[in-house]
Amino acid sequence: MAEAYIYDAVRTPRGKGKSNGALHEVTSLQLATQVLKALRDRNQLDTSKVDDVILGCVTPVAEQGSDIARIAVLNADYAETTAGVQVDRFCASGLEACNIAAAKVMTGEADMAIGGGVEAMSRVPMGSNGGAWASNPEIAMKSYFAPQGIGADLIATKYGFSRDDVDAYAVESQRRAARAWKEGRFSRSVVPVRDQLGLTLLAQDETVRGDTTMQTLAALSPSFEGMGGMAFDDVVKQRYPEVERVNHVHHAGNSSGIVDGASGVLIGSREAGEALGLKPRARIKGFASIGSEPSIMLTGPSLVTEKLLRKLGMEAGDIDLYELNEAFASVVLRMMQALDIPHEKMNVNGGAIAMGHPLGATGGMILGTVLDELERSDKETALAVLCVGAGMGTATVIERV
Amino acid sequence: MQVEAFRFEVDADGVATATFDVPGRSMNTLTARAVADLGAIAKEVASNPAIKGLVITSGKSSGFCAGADLGELGGGGSAGEGAGGDPEARLRAAFNGAYALNGILRALETCGKPVAAAVNGLALGGGLEVVLACHYRLAANDNPRLQLGLPEAKVGLMPGGGGTQRLPRIMGAQAAAPFLLQGESMTPDQARSSGVIHELAPAAELTARAKAWVLANPSAKAPWDDPKFKLPGGTPNSQTGSQVFTFGSAMLAKQTWGNYPAQKHILSAVYEGLCVPMDAALRIESRYFVKTLSTPEAKGMIRSLFLSMQELGKGASRPGGYPTYDVRKAVVIGAGLMGAGIAYVQAKAGIETVLIDTTEEAAEKGKAYSRRIVEKDVSRGKMSKEKGEALLALIRPTADYSLAAGADIVVEAVFENPAIKAEVTAKVEAVIGAGAVMGSNTSTLPITGLAGASVRPENFIGIHFFSPVERMGLVEIIRGEKTSEETLAKTMDYVLKIRKTPIAVNDFRGFYTSRVFGTYPTEGLTMVAEGIAPAIVENVGRMSGMPMGPLEVSDSVGIDTMLKIGRESAKVTARSYEQDPVGDLVAWIAEAQGRVGRKAGKGFYDYNEQGKPSRLYPDIGRKVPVKVAECPPEMKAELVRRFLFRQCVEVARCFEEGVITDARDADVGSILAWGFAPYSGGVCSYMDLKIGIPTFVAECDRMAELYGERFRPNALLRDMAAKGETFYSRFGPKAAKAAA
Repeated sequence: MAEAYIYDAVRTPRGKGKSNGALHEVTSLQLATQVLKALRDRNQLDTSKVDDVILGCVTPVAEQGSDIARIAVLNADYAETTAGVQVDRFCASGLEACNIAAAKVMTGEADMAIGGGVEAMSRVPMGSNGGAWASNPEIAMKSYFAPQGIGADLIATKYGFSRDDVDAYAVESQRRAARAWKEGRFSRSVVPVRDQLGLTLLAQDETVRGDTTMQTLAALSPSFEGMGGMAFDDVVKQRYPEVERVNHVHHAGNSSGIVDGASGVLIGSREAGEALGLKPRARIKGFASIGSEPSIMLTGPSLVTEKLLRKLGMEAGDIDLYELNEAFASVVLRMMQALDIPHEKMNVNGGAIAMGHPLGATGGMILGTVLDELERSDKETALAVLCVGAGMGTATVIERV
Repeated sequence: MQVEAFRFEVDADGVATATFDVPGRSMNTLTARAVADLGAIAKEVASNPAIKGLVITSGKSSGFCAGADLGELGGGGSAGEGAGGDPEARLRAAFNGAYALNGILRALETCGKPVAAAVNGLALGGGLEVVLACHYRLAANDNPRLQLGLPEAKVGLMPGGGGTQRLPRIMGAQAAAPFLLQGESMTPDQARSSGVIHELAPAAELTARAKAWVLANPSAKAPWDDPKFKLPGGTPNSQTGSQVFTFGSAMLAKQTWGNYPAQKHILSAVYEGLCVPMDAALRIESRYFVKTLSTPEAKGMIRSLFLSMQELGKGASRPGGYPTYDVRKAVVIGAGLMGAGIAYVQAKAGIETVLIDTTEEAAEKGKAYSRRIVEKDVSRGKMSKEKGEALLALIRPTADYSLAAGADIVVEAVFENPAIKAEVTAKVEAVIGAGAVMGSNTSTLPITGLAGASVRPENFIGIHFFSPVERMGLVEIIRGEKTSEETLAKTMDYVLKIRKTPIAVNDFRGFYTSRVFGTYPTEGLTMVAEGIAPAIVENVGRMSGMPMGPLEVSDSVGIDTMLKIGRESAKVTARSYEQDPVGDLVAWIAEAQGRVGRKAGKGFYDYNEQGKPSRLYPDIGRKVPVKVAECPPEMKAELVRRFLFRQCVEVARCFEEGVITDARDADVGSILAWGFAPYSGGVCSYMDLKIGIPTFVAECDRMAELYGERFRPNALLRDMAAKGETFYSRFGPKAAKAAA
């Protein structure tokens, strides 16, 4: 089996996912196109050597529908022979896309492939593609469906994280993200989004608030108390009867933000890279996905990490840096608790609480972010992981070469 | 054309009228014959060119149609039996049987000729479904008893004549939900504004107006057969529609804990059916209908909540051979909470009531209870002022026993103290006639013992009311050793007159209801004493289908009361109650912590100002450290078994000891008295249908090894398992008749 290497990783800055967000006037197609163009131009890539482009997209309807990956390939003027496919593993779609790209390289199906994702959440609202799970009574009742935020609050309740705990985590995430921007730690990966004239629309993540304090967060009221009280608290209790009362601790300030963005990671075999004159930055050591209990939904990260580390013959301590998508503060706190991971190793440059979570794109973004940080801090091994809707987790381990 | 359940005629204008009028019945139901007739009518209307359209109405003053014949449905078991051994053929036959009405109504709806319904009175279930399939629907606006609804879900069934499809297409899924899922009924005005009914008119004019509409609309089709039809509220896959079903599923899960298959199937039928055209939608409905009908829940609920309730409500267990005893004057002794409630229900039934207490002031306080209810009802328009005053005028509060003279029945509801009960018995018996019934309202004291104080023990009987009396539908009648059959018959007549459901049991400590129910909080306390987290115990208790968690029940009963009873029972075993881990826990919380329950605002729970539990007492863990803090699904299922099997095995003991003799009494009593998992149809149906006796015995043996001998099955259960019997084959109405 061939080895899969990461040759480059780029992402757009993340724009606020509202009609007044900086990227709202840019199409999903343009976001994906600009990422693909950047990968080509930065590496003087002969795109005829790129066999496939795999893009995660969680809301593949309207302008993001009908295989946005192939359409972006065409729009970015890649070789006609470069194929494209859109994948959906909810929040881990972008990382799943990278894993598929790596798997294609490892099996020899592809010599060079791009993984990543795109999500213009301000333009194609989350949930507008429907789905059976929440609304079809047959499965909703059987699996105790509740919205993610209820699951996040349930994690906090079950594993003992108070409102102060989750808020403190959020404050630190903002602080780290602001510091990272200030010190230019994202500069290798971030490519500004330009308009049709070529003028820069956004060069920095739009939602970072480095001045966030416990006091500013204290003013926010819990987001999921209303729907929990209406019905969903009693739904999740059916799966977790040990919970007397769900403690609703999450709000807009300690949950991932809704944003627009796109990401791309160039992955290939050593031979293909050499032929193109590219230098590998990291080796993809392994990857895995797992299913976990769907009602609480967001406990997959530690479980998939354990599975992957076991497969690789590694232990949690062997990983120098962890990058777990900050869907909700409790998700990260729970993983650190479950695997005894020090905060110094986890999301060292902040995460989605500060910078936002463009669903399908995030996986590719955090893989690039943690690779940049491995290089900056001169460390060897990193694990990127995301919690996933309907109870899943997806993870990837990389090591520098 | 030969029809029997309808009268069919065609007038000079060519308008046919089908008058629903099942011979020999006071109320129309959709019997197999009626459905067949409707099929013949549909065919005739479609094929006879002389017929321009159809009006369907009823020939009964009682109403239009009360729905399916639950006797036929419930008695026949699952549809499709008798189609041979091939399971696929059996299922297909069941489907075809269930689809018959849908097929007929759909043929009528698409026959191209106008069909109107003239609804003179109540139209429920299948009755309303026939109406909904008509193009134009008229209802009487001068019949206060006119009700429209689909109550199937209340007895574990689902609408099977298109109701799950047509109602949401008329009013939208969200608006239809309470009618479909909770079986709520609607008034003619609600029906008119939601489009269920197009026109309201005096009953006498309905048919003429219906005919006029038919003549004015020579071709008609349902709105949903128009290609431009827009579903109100959007399809399930639209943004708004999917929200409705997302919250709908969650609300249903919250309300039912997933225990009621009928409701799940209704919601699924609506969801799936609204995605496709009507013909496919009706097939979807029929499939879910068959699926629902074959569940043990449907069988148990139809039997107990409909058939047995009806039978017991007519005095099924009343001894024959005695004339109806018409109670006109009744005495209630003790004007506390129970006595006050009894006085109210008597007066409401038009019975002259003497309410006696030690002082007239105390008796007046008891009457004030009725006044509060009446004032509330009057202010809400549920009762006229005059009726309310007449009701109150029937209650005479007094301290004077001589006013009891001439009473037909006495119910004493004084403290649960044999000496006080003996005293009032003697006092009142000195005044009442030799034929009057002497009843004692007690939940635990043996009747034979209390009858010792009576000069006429053959007239002495236990009449166990439940609190709050005006809301609880059951009365447990307890025969003492010397109670005569005639007294039992008289007491039943009294209970029927005050519109409660009577069950008859024999004398034994705790009788039937208190004895069996008491096992539930005790099992919960046992779990807590084992170290299972109290939240798990409470949540799973409620999820098993019980109305409250066992700790909340304990708080409501009063932990001091439980402690007292426990200590008294322990005397018999010469073992200190506190040696029992449950006794130790109860004594600790009631005495060491001074938390005696709901009445004190603190027990296993803290209570808020409204008297609602606000949180579990967090310090229970100091007494019993939590060993089991998580409850995965297998454990939840096991705890549900513990809660329900524990009660059921006690029921089997009651049958063996002769405390109770009729499975219907046991089932209906268990649901009405203490809210035993209503989805099961009651304790016997739970064992017979949901679990099966052989499995029940094997499981109880297993649980006896794990949790204690209280789960050990008795000889009766083993005998039944060996012989392949059920409670209904051995103790059901047929068995009772054969024995008589």
